[in-house]
Amino acid sequence: MANLDIPHSFAVRSRALRLWVVILVLAPGAGASRLAHAQSPAAPPAPAAASPARFMVVLDAAHGGDDTGAKLSDGKPEKAFTLALSVRLRSLLGARGMQVITTRESDASVELNRRAEIANHANAQACLSLHASESGTGIHLFVSSLSPAPSPESARFTAWKTAQAAWVTRSLALAGVLNSVLLHAGMNVTLGRTSLPAVDSMACPAVAIEIAPESAPQTTVGQPPTAELNDPAYQARVAEALAAALLEWRTDAGRTEATQP
Amino acid sequence: MISRFQTVLFCILLAASIAMGAVLWHLRERAHQRLVAGEDSAPTSAPQVAPAEQATLLVANDADSSMLAQVQSLPLPQDPGARARAILGRLLDLYAAPNATHPVPGGAASVTQVFLLPVQADSPTSVPVPLPSDARGESKTNPHAESRRAHNELAQTQPAASPAAANGPEMAVVNLTSAFVASHPSGIESETLTLLSICGTLHANLPQVTEVRFLVDGRSRPTLAGHADLTRTYLAAEADNTEAQHP
Repeated sequence: MANLDIPHSFAVRSRALRLWVVILVLAPGAGASRLAHAQSPAAPPAPAAASPARFMVVLDAAHGGDDTGAKLSDGKPEKAFTLALSVRLRSLLGARGMQVITTRESDASVELNRRAEIANHANAQACLSLHASESGTGIHLFVSSLSPAPSPESARFTAWKTAQAAWVTRSLALAGVLNSVLLHAGMNVTLGRTSLPAVDSMACPAVAIEIAPESAPQTTVGQPPTAELNDPAYQARVAEALAAALLEWRTDAGRTEATQP
Repeated sequence: MISRFQTVLFCILLAASIAMGAVLWHLRERAHQRLVAGEDSAPTSAPQVAPAEQATLLVANDADSSMLAQVQSLPLPQDPGARARAILGRLLDLYAAPNATHPVPGGAASVTQVFLLPVQADSPTSVPVPLPSDARGESKTNPHAESRRAHNELAQTQPAASPAAANGPEMAVVNLTSAFVASHPSGIESETLTLLSICGTLHANLPQVTEVRFLVDGRSRPTLAGHADLTRTYLAAEADNTEAQHP
């Protein structure tokens, strides 16, 4: 029986394999996508369109484990602040119907490449890297300093360390929405460009948010901050403003999708 | 009674002793003269003081995330590498001073060397860009962009600092000390401002420097103090060109 079963099962597997190969080759989606790439070489990198039904946000609480980050004024490390903000923001976003993926849920050490991997696998519509610092005042928004990818070819075969290049334009738009909402919430906002290893490897609209002690907007430089980082009310206002900004970003993304043919 | 033989021997020994003493004295004098002559040939003369020249420093300010161009007068050597090191030393001295607008301990000793190398045509680069004005045009005017424009105008008006400028663009490799990196405040803004001010200051005074790389004790390091990437090549000259990319 065994001698007879072996060729029979092999034949069955071979037929199944051939059928599977035929299905893959004739799959209309696969063929169409290849044709579309071939026919429109000048098309933009085409970031994934945001669907109102599935709006994914990745929250990256920076540092963790042995990497404590900056030491804040109350003696707490930056890693604890970012984790607390990530947990709070996740709850707010979940209440607004958004799906949230966090890079860490505890005081664990997560490598920079692993953070980017999590963000890239999520295919998210927004990736926020959360930081805190005692230098400066207000909210610092940073977008990758990589130049936008000049062609779709570079987006298709993107180097790991410059994956964000194809998304810089979208990241700048996301930073604009964050800036607008934070300003509307009465916060002092600074926009900047920088090169962060984790953010530069993310294939999604990504913004690094560094929270510093609050200062009243339009005040003269050198005045003491009006709220420290350990102020729970300040933390709550920042989280609420970020959640509101992501809600507006989702609305903008849905509107953009609706206007596209 | 002393024999004649012993008297002669004593005289001979006495003469030999006197002769040996004379020879030793002569040798000592020669050694002294040689030592004095050696000291004369040593570079003990005071070093020639380099003439004071004006240098443009882009000084960062943590309070408003800006960089302001300051023109300072300091003695600068002719060698471009030593010149760059002297300028960066003055910049970091400002940061190490009390009540600095961008406090970073370390001072001039934090820069070990600055090497200038020809730029390779296919070198991968990353563009550090200035802090942009509001992406939606709603926030206050960022003085950083204005200061960058100001320092670029200064750089255009200044003559090339070395004959190497005519040979094409160069990359500056800035070797920092591990003590400077260890004591640098951790934070995206603080680290970015330090790197941008170094890049901008180098380009303002040595226009041929278009790219900057950073080493720490001669080795590559992932980040400056946990945030800003130190493995990248930073562009110094094309920073303003990227402002047009903002939405």
